[in-house]
Amino acid sequence: MKRDIVVTGIGAVTPLGVGARTLYERWRAGASGIEDGVGACTDFDPTEHLSKKEARRADRFTQFAMVASDEALREAGWADELPYETGRVGCIIGTGIGGIGILLEGQKTLDERGPRRVSPFMLPHMLPDSASGQVAIQYGIRGPNMAVVSACATGGHAIGEAMETIVRGQADIMLGAGTEAPLVPLAFAGFGQMRALGTPIDPDTGEYNPAMASRPFDRTRNGFVVSEGSAVLVLEELQHALARGARPIAEVIGYGSSADAFDMAAPAERGEGNQRAMRAALARAGIGPQEVDYINAHGTSTPLNDRFETMAIREVFGEHADRLAVSSTKSMTGHAMGAAGAIEAYVCVKTITTGCIPPTINYRHPDPELTLDYVPNEARAAEVRVALSNSMGLGGHNSSVIFRRYED
Amino acid sequence: MATTITPEAVEKTVYDALPQFGVEESDISRDATFEQLDVDSLDLAELSQIIEDEYGVQLKGDDVGKIKTVGDAIDLVVNRAG
Repeated sequence: MKRDIVVTGIGAVTPLGVGARTLYERWRAGASGIEDGVGACTDFDPTEHLSKKEARRADRFTQFAMVASDEALREAGWADELPYETGRVGCIIGTGIGGIGILLEGQKTLDERGPRRVSPFMLPHMLPDSASGQVAIQYGIRGPNMAVVSACATGGHAIGEAMETIVRGQADIMLGAGTEAPLVPLAFAGFGQMRALGTPIDPDTGEYNPAMASRPFDRTRNGFVVSEGSAVLVLEELQHALARGARPIAEVIGYGSSADAFDMAAPAERGEGNQRAMRAALARAGIGPQEVDYINAHGTSTPLNDRFETMAIREVFGEHADRLAVSSTKSMTGHAMGAAGAIEAYVCVKTITTGCIPPTINYRHPDPELTLDYVPNEARAAEVRVALSNSMGLGGHNSSVIFRRYED
Repeated sequence: MATTITPEAVEKTVYDALPQFGVEESDISRDATFEQLDVDSLDLAELSQIIEDEYGVQLKGDDVGKIKTVGDAIDLVVNRAG
């Protein structure tokens, strides 16, 4: 029997605030969550959401996922009691890096005070799977559970793989999520040396303006802004969801995954790998390119990504590319690495349910080579029935996920 | 330098440490078991580090594995010093 998959709950922690609704309200206003050159979740205080014991044990990347999971499960209507047999509920929470904060703290302690002072919590809580494990412990969910890791494509892969786990019949409900807390000096140094970071300078006035550092698709773009956060989607088999009286928010209908097999940092020429991921997602969804209304682009604001992603969209969508709305919410949130694909999957879902397409802010100078409709600077009201989210990561990983309006 | 070991001093160290692990102060007593307090093996490993910092007494995994109550932990440290 065909198993259709719907989204029944969403949670988010992003530099635009704590909570999925806050993120929506702020993107609708075209707000920037970037301050002092980073996209930090400054409104997030773990002790407001977690017990002292929970907060103490988890790295920040796990804390984000726990708080976003709680919001998502409450919206799905089952935070307190599982509506299913526990083994039929699973969780895939991906992260690009894992607990780099707790790892570096451990190294510092080792260097300064010796091995006997290293925290016994360091190892289990730095591992990339610890968010997925901790959320399972929190809610007693015993189905398929893992982390997926594919750098900045992680969030898309986590949601796609969660969807396929239900389609395969291994679970009836899955949390699909991405989470990341990479705001440590070592990460800035590494990305800085790759010459990958956007400069926090207004390109017109030459003045310091950190909110201008991320300007996807703009001719003056010169790199991304590192940010942090998490988003969690509760995915559920449609008939099971309806039987328990849950409200389907949107369908997740397509997922494509590919590798560039080209370079560890640079994307393949003309976004060739991204093209194959988008084509695979369309094929999986069983829809033609002309059915897609909106693409939430990977849109990192690096010169190559935005150019090749634009080319890839043109190749895959042909003439329909000129009728598509394409925007990059990274202009407002920064680039939350392994969380980005999950945050942007939520953006796609919300765009479908509200008819409000988020803008690409900081877009002032059209690039003669980049000629799609990037929804410049202001949110737009439009009918969106089908939305696609693109994610790509260092290592040449690509994921594309497609959502469709739920119609009963 | 390590603090002088007295039952009172060790008790104070342990009682001060446990709330950092999320234990309610009002639940702490000599008779309370670590299981009741939701203090697990990794918490106890961290408690051992605090004891070692304060008193220079090293608690081995085997020792820690045997203790059940807050009182057991205090007695172990005091006896080890004696």
